[in-house]
Amino acid sequence: MAGATVLHGSADHAGRFESKAATREPALVKWTILAVSLAFFAVFLLLPLVAVFVEAFRKGWDTYAAALVEPDAVAAIKLTLTAALISVPLNLVFGVAAAWAITKFEFRGKHLLITFIDLPFSVSPVVAGLIYVLVFGAQGWFGPWLSEHDVKIVFAVPGIVLATVFVTFPFVARELIPLMEAQGREEEEAAVVLGARGWQTFWHVTLPNVKWGLLYGVILCNARAMGEFGAVSVVSGHIRGLTNTMPLHVEILYNEYQFAAAFAVASVLALLALVTLVIKAWVERRAGGAGHD
Amino acid sequence: MTAARNRVLPGFGLSLGYTLVYLSLIVLIPLAAVFVKASSQGFEQFWAAVSAPSVVASYRLSFGASLLAAAINAVFGLMLAWALVRYSFPGKRLVDALVDLPFALPTAVAGIALTALYAPNGWVGQHLEPLGIKVAFTPLGVLVALIFIGLPFVVRTVQPILEDLDTEYEEAAVSLGANRWQAFRYVVFPTLMPALLTGFAMAFARAVGEYGSVIFIAGNIPMVSEITPLMIITKLEQYDYAGATAIAVVMLVFSFALLLLINGLQAWTAKRTGRER
Repeated sequence: MAGATVLHGSADHAGRFESKAATREPALVKWTILAVSLAFFAVFLLLPLVAVFVEAFRKGWDTYAAALVEPDAVAAIKLTLTAALISVPLNLVFGVAAAWAITKFEFRGKHLLITFIDLPFSVSPVVAGLIYVLVFGAQGWFGPWLSEHDVKIVFAVPGIVLATVFVTFPFVARELIPLMEAQGREEEEAAVVLGARGWQTFWHVTLPNVKWGLLYGVILCNARAMGEFGAVSVVSGHIRGLTNTMPLHVEILYNEYQFAAAFAVASVLALLALVTLVIKAWVERRAGGAGHD
Repeated sequence: MTAARNRVLPGFGLSLGYTLVYLSLIVLIPLAAVFVKASSQGFEQFWAAVSAPSVVASYRLSFGASLLAAAINAVFGLMLAWALVRYSFPGKRLVDALVDLPFALPTAVAGIALTALYAPNGWVGQHLEPLGIKVAFTPLGVLVALIFIGLPFVVRTVQPILEDLDTEYEEAAVSLGANRWQAFRYVVFPTLMPALLTGFAMAFARAVGEYGSVIFIAGNIPMVSEITPLMIITKLEQYDYAGATAIAVVMLVFSFALLLLINGLQAWTAKRTGRER
């Protein structure tokens, strides 16, 4: 599933096609394709993005600022950062471990393992939340034991973190596996033969080779972690100031008809998405410039 | 394990062990909980939950709208990928970067933005209203949200294949007397086909499970604009865990089947184009 987001070095190829008669369409065809596809892009992608910022500032700067410094909003921002700060490093470590095992060694069941790692991408976010309710909820497997020991997971912060970890699970692994597969094992094997220890080999040989892919996976993982809505919504319980993340706070404000405030918080998330896209484009250009495909 | 032989690199046991434990704890065991919970209820109860009229109506909407959105994205996504690879135009880098917006923008943000646009008093909605077209709070709104969410899947699977395509084949086709359309139809398109199908299937799979961007614009009218993931939420809010689990099983079985199909399609793409997956 993640195939669509795997790092691919970007470079402009248009000249190659536009310079030859055989790969050029008649002008009318070219302009029609350009006009239709860009209009589609503008209506379905650009317009919603612009709408977020216009709606956010509709009632002026003061309303906008007030919506962001209000205690419930601050609590939501903190919880969102907490969830991302826990889940991204967890999935980063997992991604590196999984990619190391899968690309540097041969073992049976490798393809099955890769398919399993991909699973969270194909599960509906709502189902992702539900599974933790079934395991840790009051009627779940560990529910009675947890309530006996006064531990709250579902409808509390740990549940939100778990749901976030689940939906962002494959990002780093999916990025690293094809990259490390393409790098092969020779460089690492040479390092080990020359006397490097395992960690030294990873740190000085593997990591420099995959750093862009790693960064790429981490920023995509982070964007999803901060923006997840469906899975978190199921396990949150929507307790204001306690278990509301930013996307859930947006929903509550919106459902209370506080549109300007909802869009103000939403605009912060949209800004975050734009920063993600800028870093992403920058990494793609670096990867493209380095001549790596 | 035959891997033990000739192994120079260290860390096999540690990395594979950690991978398996973490995968089991976070993904496999919790997912198994759905099937265990579902099998603990009788078949009749299960069947009653998954075949209730409102649930069946939600399948029709979720699968129908997702298929339609994926088909629309396949057509326009191909055109957009083509424009991005083959033509130069001002703002191209910006357009290229923004294609990934649906991957980066939180779904709830997309949801309220689309609702604001397509509501009867919104920028787009107010122009459609006099024409008798209602988008927000109808199945059409669900379709719009699913188009938004699925577009990058098609563009990003087709684009790299188009970039790698050698111009020689088209030149050969032209020198053999083909016109531009024939060169596209019989030379370029067959090469793109597996990637296009993969993108279509990915957009479809994502759309079926999508929740955040849809629920705001859907209006969630029973029997009309309720999507399947919302039915799970509704059951949970009524503390009907068995019912929620039963519907989740239907969705999971479907997504696993699609995942296998997509893996197959990717293998086909790799074979057809000689690209690394």
